[in-house]
This record gives sequence, structure tokens and C-alpha cells, in this order.
Amino acid sequence: MDNHNENQKSKEQGKAAMNKMEIKDLAVFYGKFRAVTDIQMDIQTNKITAIIGPSGCGKSTLLRSFNRMNDLTPSARVEGQILLDGENINVPGVDVVDVRRRIGMVFQRPNPFPKSIYDNVAYGPRLYGVRRKNDLDEIVEKSLKQAALWEEVKDKLHQSGLSISGGQQQRLCIARALAVEPEVILMDEPASALDPISTLKIEELMQELKKEYSIVIVTHNMQQAARVSDYTAMMMLSKEGERSGTVIEFDDTKAIFTRPKDKRTEDYVTGRFG
Amino acid sequence: MIRKTFESDIQQVKDEILLLGSMVEHAIIASVEALKKRDIKAAEKIIAEDKEINKKRFGIENQLMILIATQQPMAHDLRLLASSMEIISELERMGDYAKGIANINVRMGDEKLLKPLIDIPRMAQKGVDMLHRSLTAFVNEDVETANAIPVEDDEVDALYNQIYRELMIFIIEDPKNIERANWLLWVAHNLERFADRVTNICERTIFIATGELGEIKSSDDEFWKNQKH
Repeated sequence: MDNHNENQKSKEQGKAAMNKMEIKDLAVFYGKFRAVTDIQMDIQTNKITAIIGPSGCGKSTLLRSFNRMNDLTPSARVEGQILLDGENINVPGVDVVDVRRRIGMVFQRPNPFPKSIYDNVAYGPRLYGVRRKNDLDEIVEKSLKQAALWEEVKDKLHQSGLSISGGQQQRLCIARALAVEPEVILMDEPASALDPISTLKIEELMQELKKEYSIVIVTHNMQQAARVSDYTAMMMLSKEGERSGTVIEFDDTKAIFTRPKDKRTEDYVTGRFG
Repeated sequence: MIRKTFESDIQQVKDEILLLGSMVEHAIIASVEALKKRDIKAAEKIIAEDKEINKKRFGIENQLMILIATQQPMAHDLRLLASSMEIISELERMGDYAKGIANINVRMGDEKLLKPLIDIPRMAQKGVDMLHRSLTAFVNEDVETANAIPVEDDEVDALYNQIYRELMIFIIEDPKNIERANWLLWVAHNLERFADRVTNICERTIFIATGELGEIKSSDDEFWKNQKH
């Protein structure tokens, strides 16, 4: 019996190891307004998880709760659990700065600091106390290489981060996020302000990055979700007339786009929603 | 929101597939009729008309390609368009069986039929009847009917079996009958394959409606096993 329990336990641990994050019974409030409700989903290690759904269903709110970005909104509060490697990130004593280092974020519009390319990437590591020039050089080069930007900017590292193209700026923001060695990268519509070629570059980059990181992407572009992600969460307002969003279907991306189980997912992915 | 343009494009493709189906139905009945009457002119016409069937298939294929490229179909739409591609290819090959029968008719030249055709027209009629209903089931996404039709393939197989035995007796009785018996055997074989392909259409209909892609259990394998004995 003990043996059986042991086996069961190690099996569960094995399963947990596959999940970088686990979201349990999560609800996010803005004041009294319940913006998202009843979220259960796992973010698997070294996989890309997409969150899709119509405007206003709470995708970005959900994503922002994953690294406590909602803390910056005074009335925001969460119920339920968000576990990172099994540890709840919302309990007292957890260092929110450390949470955001471990779970990085890339936003819709490229937002480099008005500093040099080098300083943009070195910003985070400096904040965490890296001072030696050699160490910083190494981090900057490695991060820019990981973001597939190194070859394009290696000769102008001391030019402004705002002097390069939009697509390059977005990859610079990705490099900046990578420089602090995160474990999870959250991307909120990372390509919606980019042209198709830059979009494809970001998508290709994501496939490279997932080898080392776990990625969650919010996207309005369903083709993009279908192209890049391994798992897809379909969000929608939970009930007719209610304003609270929830995940109505969460499955392998292939299943979501070829044979979704929920009629509402079917209507959304085939463009017949609403 | 309803995707009106896309919906109407899909409807048009379905109509075209029904049209292709009716061309194939007509060809197979006409080919057997021409053989029965030993009407070589009619057979030659069927061979020429097969080009029209092929042309229609390519036309639909092109329509489907354009829809896939421009509408980015997902889920049910994707299954429908991908399966339609498969179904038109089945239909084109079913048209080839009619052409094959017409070719046999032409090659027989002045030879008389070994025997009056009774079971062969029955096979053709049964196959066409199955095809017709399978395409109706496709358009209506009627899973129940799509599941039921392949079972009827047993009747076609039984007719084929009967024709086979009958022709063997002719051959055993007089080896001079071999060539004429062989012609008819080929005709029957084409019709047997024709009905088999209806099952493939039914499988696609079930896939479109349910997302389940699989083989419908058919007695065909059993049939071939029995042929060895």
C-alpha cells in the first residue's frame, strides 16, 4: 500500500514538473467588478500557451495576473491560486520584484527606454546588481542573440533603442526581458503593431525561445495562435449578460482549430462569433 | 456575425459537387446501358464525356484552393473543405470506372455478349443509388445515413460474387469463352470498386460532422478472404 502511495506521489511530482505554472480557481477583481472568474489552467514547461477570445473577455487581465502586473492597478485583487513551480505567487512574503524577474513580459507596442540599445538590455541586470562591464557585455550579447537581433545591431549598440525599426524594437524588448533570465515570458499581442515580416520573425523567435522558456501569448490573431502555440485557451464572457470572462475550452491547439468541443469555440475560430 | 460571402461560396462548392456526382451517376448507368445494347457509339461518347468530369473536378479543386487561401477556414469549415477535396477525387475516379466499362465495350468490337446482362445492371443501379444517397448525406451532414450506406456494399459484393461464379462456369465449360468472360468480369470488378468508393465518401461526411476520422467497418475484407476458398 505504502509502495503504491509512493508511486502515486512520484507520478504526481513528475506531472507537476511538466507544469511551470498552475492556475486554480482564479478570479480577478477591479473593485467590486469580477473581471475574470473560475480560471483553471496549466502553463506547461517549454511550451507556448495561447489565450484567444473576443475583445473585452479578460485575456489581458488574466495574463497580467500571472506576474502580478495587476498589483499596479490600485483596485485590483485576485482570489484563487497562481502557482509558479508549485509556489503561490500571491501570498504574503513573496517578493513581487522576484516574481516579475522570473515571469517577464512583452507588450503590444514596442516600448524601449529612451536609452541606447545596450543600456536597454543591461537595464534589468544592472537593477539586480550586475556591475562588471565584462559580465554586462556578455549578458547583452547573449540576450540580443537569443532575441535574433544581434546581427542587426551589433555595430550600433550605443545608438538609441528608438532609432531601429518597430520589429527590431519589439525584439529589443524581448532581449530586455531575457536579460534577467526569466523562466516564463508573457506576451500581450506582441506582434499586433508589426508588419507581416516582423510578425513572422517574432513567431520564429518564439519557437526558438520555447526551448528554454515557457511562453504565454495573448493574441487576437487566431492564425497566429494556430501557427505558434502548443496549447490554446479559449476565453469568453462566462454567461450571457455577465461581464466576467472565463476559459471555456482549454486544449491542444490542433484540437481547438480542427475539432473544438464547445460550440462557442467553433463559432469563434470559424469567424461566426456574435 | 455570419460570414455571408463565405457561406455562399461553400454552398456553391456543395452544389458543384452534387453536379459532379450526377455526371458520374449518369456515366456509370450509361456505360452499362451501352454495353447491354452493344452500342459502341454511345460508349465512345461516354469516353469523351469523361474529360468533362475531369474538367469539373479540377474546377472544384481550384475553387476549394481559393477558399482555403483566402478564407483561412478553421474547425468545421476546414474539415468540410479538406474533405471536399477528397470527395471530388473519389468522384473523378468513379467516373473513370464508367470510362473503363465504355472502353471494354469498344474493345469487344463485333463480339456478342457472353450472356444477357442481368446482375451487372443491378450492380450499377445499386452503386448509383448508394452514391446518390451518400452525396445527399454529405450535403446534409447526415451521420446516421453516412454510417448506414456502407453496410449496403454487401449487396454489391454478393452480386459480384454471383457474377464471378457464373462466369467461371462459362470458362470451365468452354475455354473459348475465356476472353468474353474476362471482359464481363472486368466490368463487374469496376462496379464493385465503384461501390467501395461510396464508403470513402461516407467516412468523410462523418469526419465533417463529428471530427472523427476513421474507417467504417466494411465486409469487403471478409469478401476477399472468402474469394480464396
